[in-house]
Amino acid sequence: MSTATEIGARHFALVGTPNSGKTALFNALTGSRQKVANYPGVTVERKAGVLTTPSGHSVHLIDLPGTYSLRGRSPDEEITRDVVLGRLASETAPDLLLCVADATNLRVALRLVIELKRVGRRLMLVLNMIDIARRRGIEIDLDRLSAELGVPVVTSAAVRRGGTEELLRRMDELAAGRLDPSGENTWKPPTTAELRAAQREADRVIAAAVGAPARPDTISARVDAVLLHPAAGLLILLCVLFVMFQAVFAWARPVMDLISSGFDALGVAAHDILPAGLLQSFIQNGVIAGVGNVIVFLPQILILFLFILLLEDLGYMARAAFLMDRIMGGAGLHGRAFIPLLSSFACAIPGIMATRVIDNRHDRLTTILVAPLMTCSARIPVYTLIISAFIPATYLWGWVSLQGLVMFGLYAAGIVSALGVSFVAKHFFLRENYTPPFMLELPAYKLPNMRSVAIGLYTRAKMFLRRAGTTIFFMMVLIWFLASFPRPPEGAEGPAINFSLAAMIGYALQPVLAPVGFNWQISVALIPGMAAREVAVAALGTVYAIEGGKEAAEQIGQALASKWSLATALAMLAWYIFAPQCASTLAVIRRETGSWRWMAITFGYMLALAYLAAFVTYNVAVALGAG
Amino acid sequence: MTDTAPLVAPCIRLGQANRGFCGRINAIQVHDGAHGLAAPEIESRLLELGFVEGAEIKVLHEGPIGGDPIAVRINDTTIALRRREAMAIMVTSLNRPA
Repeated sequence: MSTATEIGARHFALVGTPNSGKTALFNALTGSRQKVANYPGVTVERKAGVLTTPSGHSVHLIDLPGTYSLRGRSPDEEITRDVVLGRLASETAPDLLLCVADATNLRVALRLVIELKRVGRRLMLVLNMIDIARRRGIEIDLDRLSAELGVPVVTSAAVRRGGTEELLRRMDELAAGRLDPSGENTWKPPTTAELRAAQREADRVIAAAVGAPARPDTISARVDAVLLHPAAGLLILLCVLFVMFQAVFAWARPVMDLISSGFDALGVAAHDILPAGLLQSFIQNGVIAGVGNVIVFLPQILILFLFILLLEDLGYMARAAFLMDRIMGGAGLHGRAFIPLLSSFACAIPGIMATRVIDNRHDRLTTILVAPLMTCSARIPVYTLIISAFIPATYLWGWVSLQGLVMFGLYAAGIVSALGVSFVAKHFFLRENYTPPFMLELPAYKLPNMRSVAIGLYTRAKMFLRRAGTTIFFMMVLIWFLASFPRPPEGAEGPAINFSLAAMIGYALQPVLAPVGFNWQISVALIPGMAAREVAVAALGTVYAIEGGKEAAEQIGQALASKWSLATALAMLAWYIFAPQCASTLAVIRRETGSWRWMAITFGYMLALAYLAAFVTYNVAVALGAG
Repeated sequence: MTDTAPLVAPCIRLGQANRGFCGRINAIQVHDGAHGLAAPEIESRLLELGFVEGAEIKVLHEGPIGGDPIAVRINDTTIALRRREAMAIMVTSLNRPA
């Protein structure tokens, strides 16, 4: 009865408080053998992976959302509760709960262990970050701790090489044996009296088995004295954001040029191989140029996610929420909304999904409403294109790139309008006479774990490429079709696209968009741009490439610079700050709020703001002589 | 308690404490209303973060606007919370009298 095949795969679950290093441990154990998806019916991220123990047992490991208790105060925490209790029909009830605790900070974690003991499942306490605890001189009597708690205890250092060996060995032993429930499930939501009793018990166990740190962490407090300083802290936060945007704009450039010339070469190769005609145009202008124009932005997306992941791992994100709480609170936003909103700079979809950490419904709705106003990475292609075509590449005071400065201004406009919209929403539509609590742990600063960051980046890149390969690809085929059919009649004058379906739609929209300075080519590009903002760039490329022949396709930017006025370009930038040009974001809003109404409201208000902003920008620019 | 401390140490609300304040938690008393959540829920959340009677706390940092929120050291953890919620935490000062 002991061979791996007879026992079958084991199901282990990682449970733990936020900041326990649970995800780093999950990454260390499963590496790239992990799958990120959603739990059915809800939008809580489900992270699962497979690992093989030293003697060959296969273990399905699931990383549950971090929680301080099983009370389930938010959708994330409800998932943790339901999986732990085996209530979730779609999930195999775990054979073993691995409760991950930060070894340097056991008080709250041990209270959770005491609560978890009541669910009647096999349980093991994992003292993670044991390397840091040892460095601080914290003596932990493992046998005593295990005896006092009545739970096996093992140590790990997720970020160290070989730091999970002991944990794997113990998992191996447990996977080989019988893993029957250890008792009846007697868990029910703890009362405040029970919470107090459990915390007292945890404190008693700590007093018995854990020594005080000989060298307490003084670095975090000293760093915080600067980073949380009322003035210096805010200034540093601004600088961090500023560097982030300059990096996205400047560092990605060489790689982007490389990707772009690669796709150009591919297009030329396809052009040479294929016979002239519809198929040649489809492959070169529809497929290769279309997909290439989107993939070229992968470096920028990766740099942005790199910053977000590093700041998160470093422990700075919680500090940013602390600094921003009152500023955001003044605009009717919760301090916790800062992280979802910051993620929305990469993409509104993960941002909106991250609003699940906000448990008050109105706060969450407000955050969801304004998240799409944060400048997501899909806007970067549009901004980059227009900025590089119309804004001179000069430097102010020798080091501030004017293009970067305009970019920064666009980001700032998004932020300011988000604060304005949330203020209006909070004070006029979602009125309440209270604001919910803000309580957040500020974790000790840690050097980011590069492997964990790399896995995070890899997952993001995969998601983006999959999107580029599916939705965006089909939209590109559609726009190519719209721009190519019907074919111009025999002997017709002018570019072929003037006879296409795309032109018909563009001309139909023209009267509505003319007051904001948009020509019919822009009107055409806005339609496929609904699939994803960056598609508009590829669509403009297609429209102008097909219209003007191969020379125009080489440099969409040059084409725009020669065909648009500065006022039109600025109006386009203003439009893109607000325009709800992303069907997937709208779909996620629909799913997260569970209502079409909120989706319609978001779409409506953003469209109205976009039109208004473009209208004002265009007319002011024309009045100033940029028409 | 040091022998220099007065017999009855002044008991204040953590929400009123300034940066540098050291104290011990006497009681968690949440008053209904204004939080948007029932009092037992706020109490539970404070307890879950480790704010229990007898724990020693220190106010480490204050937010940039109106000194709010505050960052409170409790054992080896630092928790950020708004002064309004901290009003529920009754503390006895452990600062040496000046």
